[in-house]
Amino acid sequence: MAMTGGYSTGIRSWLTTVDHKRIAIMYFVVGFVFLLIAGVEGQLIRLQLAAPERSFLDPDLYNQLFTMHGTTMVFFAGMPLVVAFFNFVVPLQIGARDVAFPRLNAFSFWVFLFGGLFLYSSVPLRVMPDGGWFAYMPLTNPEYSPGPGIDFYVLALLISGVGSIAGGLNFLVTILNMRAPGMTFMRMPLFTWMALIVSALILLAFPPFTVGLIFMLFDRSFGTHFFDAAAGADPVLWQHLFWVFGHPEVYILILPAFGIVSDVIPTFSRKILFGYPVVVFSGVLIAFLGFGVWVHHMFSVGLGPVVNAVFGGATMLIAIPTGIKIFNWIATMWGGRLRFRTAMLFAAGLVATFTIGGLSGVMHSSPPADLQQTDTYFVVAHFHYVLIGGTVFGLFCGFYYWFPKATGRMLHEGLGKAHFWLSFLALNVTFFPMHFSGLLGMPRRTYTYAEGLGLDVFNLISTIGAFIFTLSFVPLVWNLWRTWRRGEAAGHNPWDASTLEWTMASPPPHYNFAEIPVVDRRDPLWHPYIEPESRGEGDEPGGAVPRRQPEEPPAPVVMPNPSYWPLVLAVGMLLMTIGGLGSLGLTLFGLLVTAVGLFAWAFEPAFGDEAH
Amino acid sequence: MEGPTSTGIPNRKLAMWTFIGSECMLFGTLIATYMIYRGRNLVPPYPHDLLNIPFITVTTFVLLMSSLMMVLALAAVQRNDLRATKLWLGLTALFGLIFLGGQYYEFSHFVHEGLPLSRNLFSSTFFVLTGTHGAHVAGGVIWLSTLLVRTVQGKLDARHAETVEIAGLYWHFVDIVWIILFTLIYLLV
Repeated sequence: MAMTGGYSTGIRSWLTTVDHKRIAIMYFVVGFVFLLIAGVEGQLIRLQLAAPERSFLDPDLYNQLFTMHGTTMVFFAGMPLVVAFFNFVVPLQIGARDVAFPRLNAFSFWVFLFGGLFLYSSVPLRVMPDGGWFAYMPLTNPEYSPGPGIDFYVLALLISGVGSIAGGLNFLVTILNMRAPGMTFMRMPLFTWMALIVSALILLAFPPFTVGLIFMLFDRSFGTHFFDAAAGADPVLWQHLFWVFGHPEVYILILPAFGIVSDVIPTFSRKILFGYPVVVFSGVLIAFLGFGVWVHHMFSVGLGPVVNAVFGGATMLIAIPTGIKIFNWIATMWGGRLRFRTAMLFAAGLVATFTIGGLSGVMHSSPPADLQQTDTYFVVAHFHYVLIGGTVFGLFCGFYYWFPKATGRMLHEGLGKAHFWLSFLALNVTFFPMHFSGLLGMPRRTYTYAEGLGLDVFNLISTIGAFIFTLSFVPLVWNLWRTWRRGEAAGHNPWDASTLEWTMASPPPHYNFAEIPVVDRRDPLWHPYIEPESRGEGDEPGGAVPRRQPEEPPAPVVMPNPSYWPLVLAVGMLLMTIGGLGSLGLTLFGLLVTAVGLFAWAFEPAFGDEAH
Repeated sequence: MEGPTSTGIPNRKLAMWTFIGSECMLFGTLIATYMIYRGRNLVPPYPHDLLNIPFITVTTFVLLMSSLMMVLALAAVQRNDLRATKLWLGLTALFGLIFLGGQYYEFSHFVHEGLPLSRNLFSSTFFVLTGTHGAHVAGGVIWLSTLLVRTVQGKLDARHAETVEIAGLYWHFVDIVWIILFTLIYLLV
C-alpha cells in the first residue's frame, strides 16, 4: 500500500510506525521519562548526603539508588535522547525520506523500551541491582551478590545493547548511503557528521561489553569461571571489557552534543562555522583516540607505571582535538551578530561548563594525580560537568532548536531562558563544591560521612543545588504545557538556519521532501548571505536548493509500509530476557516468537511497490 | 525506494559489511579472552588431554568446502541456473550441518570425559567461544535453508542474486573466524 496522504492516527499507527520522526518522538518521550526518574534517584542521594550521618536511606537502598541512577542516566536517558535526535534530524539534514532500514529502526526502539521496563521491574520486586553502573567483578559474582539484582542489570543491558547495535548499523548505512545528490561528506552538517562517527563507535564499542555481559551471565547462571581468581582467571578482565566499551561510551554521549552546538552556534551567530574541516576531523580524532584511553579508569588497579603512563599520555592527547573544537566555536561567535535565544544560551553554556569539566579531566589524566582523586567526589564533579554541562546542555540546546520543526510550534523564550539560567546555576551549585569535598577525601558510593571532616558545608550546598535542578524543570514543563495550549506557529525556518531540514513545513510531512533536493554547497540556505571571500571552492552563487519545498510532491511518493513485526520480534526478545532470570521454557518460547517475527519480517513487503 | 545509493553499494550489502565489522569486535573479544587465559587453567582436564586435532581437521575441511559451495551457488544464481543454485545452496547448508554435527559430537564427548561447561577455566572459555561460533553457523544454516526453500518454491532467481551474495558474505565471514579458532585453539594447543 503506497501512502501518499497524511498521517494515520491512533494507537495502532504508533505501534506499527516505521517513520523516523515518530520513532524520534517515542525515543524522546521515553528517554525524558527515564531522565526524570534517574533525576529523582539523584535527588534522593543528595537528600541522604545533605548532612553527616543521616539515616534517610539505609546503606543497601543507597547502593541500589546510585546503581540505578548511573545505569539509567547512561543507557536509558542519555543514549535514547541522543538517538531521538539522530532519528529526527539526520534524514532531514541529508535530504532523505527515511532511514535505510525503517523497520530495524522501530525494532531498536522497542528493545530499548523493553530493556528499560525490564530493568525497572526490579523496583516493585525490591531487587534492584546494587553493584554500580560498572558492576565490577568479583563484587557482582553469585557469592557476593546473591539475589537476582545483578541479573536484572546484565539482562537489561544485553537486550537494550542489541537495539543500540542495530541503531548504530542503521544510521551508519543511512548516512553513508542515503544522502541527497550533491551532499558530499564535506558538505554534511556537523550534527550528521557526529552521528556518523557515533554510529561507528556504537558498532565497535558495544560488542566487547556484550561479551563481558555474557561472561558475567554465564558466571552467575551456569557456574563458569571467567572472573574467578580461584580457577586461574583474572577479575580485572571485567574492568578491561567494561571500560574498553565504557570510555567510547562517553564519546557516544558527548559527540552528538558537540554536533548539535556546531549547528546551533553558526545559526545564532549569523556566521558559517569557523574551520569546518578541522571541527569534523577533530571529532574523528576524538573517537579514534577514545579507544586507546580506557585504562585511565583503572589507574589504581596497579597495571604498572609503563601502562599507566602510556594511557595517561593518550588521555592528555584527547584534550587537543577537544580544545580545537572549543576554539572553533568561540571563533564562530567572535564578531558574529549573536542572538541569545534559548538554544544559543544552552550552546554557549556548554562551551563554558564543558571546558570546566574538560580541565578537571586533564587533571586526573595524570596517574599520580588520579591516585589522589580516584573514587572521590572530585571525579563525580568532573563527569557531571561533562555529562550535564556537555551532553545534557547539548541535548537541551537541540531540543529548543528543533522543537519548532518537530511540532510546528514555537516555545516561549522567557520560560526557556528561565530554564537555562536555573539549570546553569544548579549545575554549578551542585557540582562545583564536589571538587572540594573530593579533594578533602570524601569517597564516592558511600552512604554517609562523619561529622567534623570539613565536608558538611560543601555537601549542604550540593544538596541545595540539586533542589535547584528539580526546580529548573518547572519552567520547562510549564513551557511545554503553554506551547501545547497556545504556541505560535513556527513556519518553515524560524531561526533562518542554513541546513536542509528548514526547507519543509513544520512539522514535516511524512515523506519529508516533496522533491529530493540537489545540494551544491555547505549551508545551502545561506548562499545569498555568504560573502564571496568566505565561499568554499566551487561554491558559486546560484543555489540549486529551493528555500521552500513544494506543498505537494509532484509524483506519488512510495513510503515504507508500517509493520507489526519489529514489535513482535522485540516482544520475543523480551520473553527470552525474562526467561534469562531462570525459566528455560520462557526463553525457548521467546526464541520461537523471535523466529516467527524474523521470518514474517523477512517475507512481508517493506515498501509499497514491492509485490514480488 | 531502493534506488541508487550515495556510495553505489546497495544498502543491505553495506549493512552486512558493517555488521561483520561489529562481529569482528565480538569475536575479537572472545578470542582475546581465550588467549589471555590460555595456560592458566588450574583444574584438570587440560586442553591437550581432550582436543582431537585429526577429527576437527576433517570438520574444518568440510566447513571450508562449504565456502566453495557458497561461491558456486552465487555464480549459479547470477546466471539464473536455478537447478545448480538449489544443488550448491543445499550442499552449503549440508556441509554446515555436518560441521555442527561434529561440534555436537565433540561437545558431548568432552562432557562425557569430565569437562562440563562449569568444570574449569578451559571449559568456560572453550565452550563459550566455540559455542558462539557454532550458533553463528547454525544461524547461517537456517538462512541458507530458507534461501533453498525459496528457490524450490520458485520465489528466488537471478533478480535476488544480491540476497544470496549477502548470505554468502556472512557465511564466508563465519568460515574465516573458524580458521582463526582452529589455528589458535587446536593447532597451538
